[in-house]
Amino acid sequence: MTEILTETDPFTVAGVPLGSRLIMGTGGAPSLDGLGAALVASGTELTTVAMRRYAPGSGGGGAGTNLFELLLENNIRVLPNTAGCFTAREAVMTAELAREALETDWVKLEVIADENTLLPDAVELVDATEQLVNRGFKVFAYTNDDPVVALRLEQLGAAAVMPLGAPIGTGLGILNPHNIELIVSRAGVPVVLDAGIGTASDAALAMELGCDAVLLATAVTRAQDPVRMAEAFKHAVIGGRLASRAGRIPKRAHALASSAMEGRPDL
Amino acid sequence: MAHTPDSKAVSEAITTDVAVIGGGIVGLGIAWEAQRSGRNVTVIDPSPATGATFAAAGMLAPVSELHYQEEGLLELTLASAARWPEFVAPLVAAGHADTGFRTTPTLVLGADAADRAALADLREVQLAHGLDVEQLGIRQARAAEPLVGPHISCAYRIAQDHQVDPRGVATAIRVQLNVVAAERGRLREEQTSIRRNAVALLHQDPQDSRSRVTGVRLEDGREVHAGEVVVANGLGAPLLQGLPEGLELPVRPVYGDILRLRVPAHLQPLATATIRGLVRGLPVYLVPRNDNTVVIGATSREDGSAAVSAGGVHQLLRDAQVLVPAVAELELLETTARARPGTPDNAPLLGRVADGAGRDIPGLIIATGFFRHGVLLTAIAAHTVRQLLGDITDLAWERFRPDRFSPAIRPSGPTPQETP
Repeated sequence: MTEILTETDPFTVAGVPLGSRLIMGTGGAPSLDGLGAALVASGTELTTVAMRRYAPGSGGGGAGTNLFELLLENNIRVLPNTAGCFTAREAVMTAELAREALETDWVKLEVIADENTLLPDAVELVDATEQLVNRGFKVFAYTNDDPVVALRLEQLGAAAVMPLGAPIGTGLGILNPHNIELIVSRAGVPVVLDAGIGTASDAALAMELGCDAVLLATAVTRAQDPVRMAEAFKHAVIGGRLASRAGRIPKRAHALASSAMEGRPDL
Repeated sequence: MAHTPDSKAVSEAITTDVAVIGGGIVGLGIAWEAQRSGRNVTVIDPSPATGATFAAAGMLAPVSELHYQEEGLLELTLASAARWPEFVAPLVAAGHADTGFRTTPTLVLGADAADRAALADLREVQLAHGLDVEQLGIRQARAAEPLVGPHISCAYRIAQDHQVDPRGVATAIRVQLNVVAAERGRLREEQTSIRRNAVALLHQDPQDSRSRVTGVRLEDGREVHAGEVVVANGLGAPLLQGLPEGLELPVRPVYGDILRLRVPAHLQPLATATIRGLVRGLPVYLVPRNDNTVVIGATSREDGSAAVSAGGVHQLLRDAQVLVPAVAELELLETTARARPGTPDNAPLLGRVADGAGRDIPGLIIATGFFRHGVLLTAIAAHTVRQLLGDITDLAWERFRPDRFSPAIRPSGPTPQETP
């Protein structure tokens, strides 16, 4: 199923084709083994890692002790992120460190306003996006579900805009589907629904709303059975994408028999 | 680098029954149990009990520390908790009153509605494993511990989760090792405790790293000749030379910040039970000690920094105050950061090592990778190693074999999270 989708409906971001529209995060993983199994079960080809929480050199070599080696071994591209940054300055410095350590110019830009909501600070985010694009980064901008800011980020050169469904870690799903649809309808770069996903149907809905991909971490890493939940998301994202391309029926107030009565032989 | 010991060094070689590399609480516990079995022991560590043992809070809490997908570890943690009373009793009998072993319960609290839901879900799993987790009303919890804040969302009492003071236990064992050695005529302290780094394992056939292990080479070139060598030096284990070819010991540093505070007279006792909880999804605990101090911990960081994290200290104090507001009144005595040796499956590396030809390598036992549970698992590690020294293998613990990440040599068998 994944292969068919890749051929007829490729997903390309920052010029790189990806075989899965599910982007994973690593925060909250119970164990390195458990994380690896969940990532494999999810089918992801791109996974984001908080540079402030995982030092690339820490843990020595080998997939058994090093998260980055684990990703490499499973052919998963790393998307460093700036989680924990409150100012554009911190975010730019963190992105530079990531580029040097991991030799990638991709960065998921997170500039957080406060610890209670973990909501993006729009002003710092716009500032940091501009700076990072000018420094040659491919910026995946984590933003509020604000269609105005999303468009501004694209205009400043973001490679993808990543509106939230709900605040990080809440599992509340997509609180403003209308805004997500509006962002998608005006976007010229991939839109990735990021944050707030709680369960598989949330991810399917994101895809049905027209998002190009879904990014999630907590919903899998803190699930009681992360591997099973990861597999659920793999199918949900494929299902939601297929549905969005299949042309759903209109919603109507009155019943309509699935087999029409007209034209039937009168036996 | 190869050391060529000169004749003087050889003449200074120390001979012992069991050489234990690493003087953290696990290594010390193993050494002490081996000594109690009648063997002469030598602990090799430049600065014993200054690593994770120095930081650890010492909770003996198999029930409240149950994690999803780690149910395979539960059997081991429960077995070890059950062994702690008899493990610590001889130390107390020998006059060491400061082991801090307390059989007070653990109170588990949730801060907000989501924490309540998370702890209720966890309790379902705990109960399904036959564990005793008693739900308390908030008034009941606050009647038992009046300084618990009024704004908590749920409370549970876990009667069997106890605590010990790891620093006290380590000190008691170190003293006791020397006392018993002296009684047996081993009067030189270096026969029992060598304050040097171990750099290499010695083998019967120096060309074959899978041949019998016969001792340890020290950083100063001297040798310790031993009937058995126990590798219990945590994150240092994979750095030893002469480990069997093909043996992978995947341990990585998972740093933790932890605080020690003094309770002023007017707030004593701050708590009688260990208090732990979830505060907006983050775990925190307060462990009250006999000397009117409390231990507040612990963060979990893989950021590669061995220094105390300001953000970590802030987080701990912030969350501890949600559970017990009076924490703000305490005197902050100490902030400490140490690394736990984490393994890929969060379970220890404990046992003998296969030689790739279906046999275990004689003379070598590994005991590292105890991660969050080093203190709790010390009792079972000591017992298991004592059995291995007597050629007894407990099949239940074979799934924690240290060679399970070593496809080149490992025998096939269940892994820690599978029930055999």
